[in-house]
Amino acid sequence: MANRTPLYEQHLKAGAKMVDFAGWDMPIHYGSQIEEHHKVRQDAGIFDVSHMAAVDVKGEQAQAFLRYVLANDVAKLQQPGKALYGCMLNEQGGIIDDLITYYVAPDYYRLVVNAGTREKDVAWLSKQAQGFKVALTVRTDLAIIAVQGPQARAKAVQVFTAKQQEAVAALKPFHFAECDGWLIARTGYTGEDGLEIMLPVSKVADYWQKFLAAGISPCGLGARDTLRLEAGLNLYGSDMDENTTPLESNLAWTIAFEPASREFIGRTALEKQLQQGVKRVLVGLVLTERGVMRGHQKVVAAGVGEGEITSGTFSPTLGYAIALARVPANMGAQCQVEIRDKLLPVRVVKPPFVRNGKKVFE
Amino acid sequence: MSNIPSELKYTASHEWARLDEDGTVTVGITDHAQGLLGDVVFIELPEVEAEIEAGAEAGVIESVKAASDIYVPISGTIIAVNEDLVEKPELVNSDPYGEGWMFRVQPLDEEDLNELLDADGYAEQVASEEH
Repeated sequence: MANRTPLYEQHLKAGAKMVDFAGWDMPIHYGSQIEEHHKVRQDAGIFDVSHMAAVDVKGEQAQAFLRYVLANDVAKLQQPGKALYGCMLNEQGGIIDDLITYYVAPDYYRLVVNAGTREKDVAWLSKQAQGFKVALTVRTDLAIIAVQGPQARAKAVQVFTAKQQEAVAALKPFHFAECDGWLIARTGYTGEDGLEIMLPVSKVADYWQKFLAAGISPCGLGARDTLRLEAGLNLYGSDMDENTTPLESNLAWTIAFEPASREFIGRTALEKQLQQGVKRVLVGLVLTERGVMRGHQKVVAAGVGEGEITSGTFSPTLGYAIALARVPANMGAQCQVEIRDKLLPVRVVKPPFVRNGKKVFE
Repeated sequence: MSNIPSELKYTASHEWARLDEDGTVTVGITDHAQGLLGDVVFIELPEVEAEIEAGAEAGVIESVKAASDIYVPISGTIIAVNEDLVEKPELVNSDPYGEGWMFRVQPLDEEDLNELLDADGYAEQVASEEH
């Protein structure tokens, strides 16, 4: 039987169509994924992301350990209450997962990792932790929900206690507050403002209902995917995996090469790749003709070579198809995508495609 | 449970067909099919006046999830297509048997409809697919 989050019954109650995602029974939509997408861009939506895992890293050498296993540098988090996005790499510089690190206290960080990789990640972290004074705990007592959209914070706040309201009132983007065992962060995967909330499993069904009553619409994984792709955010397993480095995944900005003295797993491989020249890159593509770009479709650049779509979809905000694709590094601004045996012209654009509900590129 | 109107005929590829009073046949896709597809975003419909054979591809329906071919249930000539679906493809999801109709055929032989599944036959097929 597939895994179920603590909100499984709530999803059925809300009319969800359930699908398997990485071995979890999750809602793909509650009626229309396009309507849910618009709700998040225009108002407020709520997502159950309790299939992801929160892993607490505690101990004297928590920071030293994370500075070794992560390609971004957690020393950048100078005050508790700040979060950092980046990748965990293997020795070849390949991406094991992308994740967010929350600096809770000196000697205490929390990582939130993807559902499909949680077991692999915990096994890797445990192995790498040998020799560090650090303890790892997977917080199966916590559920995770995300409320996203221009009205999300205003509506969510109505449901919070006075103490929680105070804690989140002054939150800046990528900062978080802790309150009575809850962690409330101003982060998200949609390109909109909002909060991601880690709360006790025992409370989540009740709060889900409260958020719905406050006028926040339930949204499934279908909308989650179209929102993140419009926002230019990668999906692990589609846009990157253990055979791709951050340099090939539009994530060079998440690698902290400075200070040069920081040794981290994958550093040597990345430096070598830079020296030899990065051969393939991840770009954004836009198809304005009628048609939908989808994962694994071939990208053709005459005279240069071929690539592949890693994620593609119809963009509800734009009204046409967008995609991320891994292509030769020297490809220009135009290329073609093979869709059902026809070659259609597409434009190369730098992600994101949509910001603040509007098209970003010219 | 999907809606399967008893007065219609059905194909194994999830199209429905309705014989109208003027002897023409209206075709669309079933409620079950639109549920499987998810939100429809583009539809390619056949050309009016095209002569088509039963079982041939008549068009393509693209949803957020996947692209799917539409097949012609009976042989004949396409006499009309639903232009509303160009601007509002979501009608296929919201009203698959009504405003979501796709095209109309002048059949070569009305009797050909008897080759199609009736509502019970289609319901059985849908039930067996779900296992």
